[in-house]
Amino acid sequence: MKSEVGFEILRTLVAIAVALALGYVIIYLVSEEPGYAFSTLVTGPLTSVRRFGNFIEMAIPLVFTGLALSLVFQASQFNIGAEGQLFLGAVAATMVGIAFQLPPVIHVTLALAAAAAAGALGGAVPGLLKARWGANELVSSLMLNYVYYRLGIYIINYHFRDERAGAMVSLRLAESSWLHHFWPPTRLHGGLFIAIGAVLLTYVFLYHTRWGYALRMTGINASFAAYSGISVGSVIVYSQVLSGAVAGIAGGVEMLGILRRFQWQMPPGYGFDGVIVAILARNHPLLVPVAALFLAYLRTGADIMARETDMTAEMVTVIQSVMILLVTAQAFLRQYRHRAIVRASREANA
Amino acid sequence: MQDLLRMESITKVYPNGVVANRDVTFAVKPGEIHALVGENGAGKTTLMKILFGLEQPDAGSIVYEGRHVRIPSPHAAIAMGIGMVHQHFMLAPSLTVAENIVLGAEPRRGPFLDVQAAVERTEQLAKKYNLPVDPRARIRDIPVGMRQKVEILKTLYRGARLLVLDEPTAVLTPQETVELFAALENLKAHGHTIIFISHKLREVKQISDRVTVMRRGQVVGVARTAEVTEADISRMMVGRDVVLRIEKPPANPTRPVLQVKDVRYRSELGKEVLRGVTFSVRAGEIVGVAGVEGNGQLELAEILTGLRSAHGGTVIIDGVDATNAPPHRLRAMGVSHIPEDRMTHGVAAKATVEENLISDRFHRPRFQRFGVLRRKAIRDHSLELIRQYDIRTPGPTAAVSSLSGGNIQKVIVAREFSSEPKLIIANQPTRGVDVGAAEFIHRQLVDAARAGAAVLLISADLNEVMALSDRLLVLYNGEIVASFAHADQVSEEELGLYMLGLKRQAPSEAVAV
Repeated sequence: MKSEVGFEILRTLVAIAVALALGYVIIYLVSEEPGYAFSTLVTGPLTSVRRFGNFIEMAIPLVFTGLALSLVFQASQFNIGAEGQLFLGAVAATMVGIAFQLPPVIHVTLALAAAAAAGALGGAVPGLLKARWGANELVSSLMLNYVYYRLGIYIINYHFRDERAGAMVSLRLAESSWLHHFWPPTRLHGGLFIAIGAVLLTYVFLYHTRWGYALRMTGINASFAAYSGISVGSVIVYSQVLSGAVAGIAGGVEMLGILRRFQWQMPPGYGFDGVIVAILARNHPLLVPVAALFLAYLRTGADIMARETDMTAEMVTVIQSVMILLVTAQAFLRQYRHRAIVRASREANA
Repeated sequence: MQDLLRMESITKVYPNGVVANRDVTFAVKPGEIHALVGENGAGKTTLMKILFGLEQPDAGSIVYEGRHVRIPSPHAAIAMGIGMVHQHFMLAPSLTVAENIVLGAEPRRGPFLDVQAAVERTEQLAKKYNLPVDPRARIRDIPVGMRQKVEILKTLYRGARLLVLDEPTAVLTPQETVELFAALENLKAHGHTIIFISHKLREVKQISDRVTVMRRGQVVGVARTAEVTEADISRMMVGRDVVLRIEKPPANPTRPVLQVKDVRYRSELGKEVLRGVTFSVRAGEIVGVAGVEGNGQLELAEILTGLRSAHGGTVIIDGVDATNAPPHRLRAMGVSHIPEDRMTHGVAAKATVEENLISDRFHRPRFQRFGVLRRKAIRDHSLELIRQYDIRTPGPTAAVSSLSGGNIQKVIVAREFSSEPKLIIANQPTRGVDVGAAEFIHRQLVDAARAGAAVLLISADLNEVMALSDRLLVLYNGEIVASFAHADQVSEEELGLYMLGLKRQAPSEAVAV
């Protein structure tokens, strides 16, 4: 077990190093000032308080979606619908934020509860389809993204649109629903603490409750779970529902903490980023913040690099892809590991 | 005569540490039909996967047609003239026979498939090898025996000279088997070489020239088929080298706990796997089910434990109808199950030992309160079972996959026996475990029965069923063909005859069960 964990950490670090090295090679080939571009990419987020704030604030939605994906991945399920569920959550939080005037804490709580409920409903659909009829959740959750996205746009445009604004945006949320910025000039907001809470709650749920246990056992070996008397169908449904709820909260927190009026014309992509975060974190809730911070750091650094040098921000997608390919590739460094197993088996039988 | 194929000192260790082949040497002569036999898990399939490039050996070498070769992929195997007919057919159901046969090496007319040429080539091949098929029929519309012919033709189309058939008769009716054997003889007459994997000894005897027997990852014997009897082969397979003796106080059975009446099961392919099985097991006794594997044992065990639904008949447990009840209900009724395939059903290999020990009871108040797991209780529980069942593990938080086969089995036994079961269904409980662990598990089975549990012991290991059982049933071809009131009064030879279907009790002889 210990050597397994050590091996996975090693694998991830090697993957990151290879990806960064490849990033450097590309910058070197393309840029007129490769040294400066690369150092901006790597150190940019630490060069001012505002940039540091950008880096942390970008990590917040990634923590939520990373958790959402970890929940389903631990059950050996997939949820490509986190994107749509997040969108629904943002719409629900916007509705509550605009429609009510309430005491601050209560308003925030209600808005986020609505976001969670909307996301959960969004996740329930693929979960039920899978448990009841065996419909592949990957396909159904992916296709439902379009449904949720259009539904959200419809609700905002037809019922909550700000007619006076030049763009297609909603009315402003009531101030009582805002998550406040606590460290000006950054936009760091109360969502940070909610994210930390979500990390701890997800960890406790997965590793310290009977439902988390059933979920993990189903994920490790569904045949074993069924044999033991665990209802695999209900695990599938509640893993998707909880994942949807967490993704929904991610959308809600973005509305209440950063945007304060709905202004997405397109889904923001955090749902898909959650896949990357969960994979880097090996689906462990306590590692999700580490992975989310890492990804946010890379993204923020890329933005700064794009502003200050002749490189474009899209360059980080290359680094991301290489990283994910290497981490998920079963065969990467496997020989190294397999030789160790064979050796151990020989010794055991000697 | 020089060997066509020689696999020398092959060792294969799977990533979970299971040693599937240990120093296996296997040789095939050109133009022979060579049977490879052994129980499930003996390592036959792994060896053939290595031959076909699906797995890479960790040690050993392969000599084919006089040259040292490496077989990195099935593609390479096919290029060398090695063809494999899998147990589960690899055909596209919506395509026609001809399309399936040429798939991957299609005759073309411009960018398109030349359907006419495909049909013609199929007809030529079918004629040459006397394997009649309808080239234009769709796979989904033709019966299993026909599909198998298509699989064989497909390998021949790709130029196979050495054909591997993995339990080809498992899915066939007797008539289809006769046809298959005629086709195999014909292939042999054309100079092809065939490796025939099976555990149906009568067929092995009938069709093969030579036979290699595997047991527990090693080759235990090679013989000319004509020079050995079915009983000889079976002895090598099940390996009763030393007669097992177990101290066992006489049984004192009381009320019937399990009553099985006329249970029937049909496979997805429509084959009758269980043809009306009736028996009962009483509290305090061990009833053994002997039989060569693949005669319905797995299906019977899974029906009794809720993993599979019967198509007919009833199962009554302690007077309550439990036919096709789901696992959680059966467990609540006190049914324990040692599954045949321990890695698939018995454990979550990547989970810890303590997590595996609570999978059937984590919801009980002892282990959780308001849904929150009680870590201390779980830890104490696992430490207690590790001690009591002598599980050799670095600790309760070690991954089960890091344990040896015998200790993994002990984890399962510890969990299944510590729930105070009324009924224990043990399917091949000591397969692939070391002698020490096997002995321990046998002791546990006897103790549980004498403490009042009803035990159904299903095993292909003659030694095991004969030594442990109070009463004994023989399952052959989905039917109970013999039953004995006293397991210790049956001779091994006699039992062998029933197991191989060479003999069956008339209804009047059968002891009421």
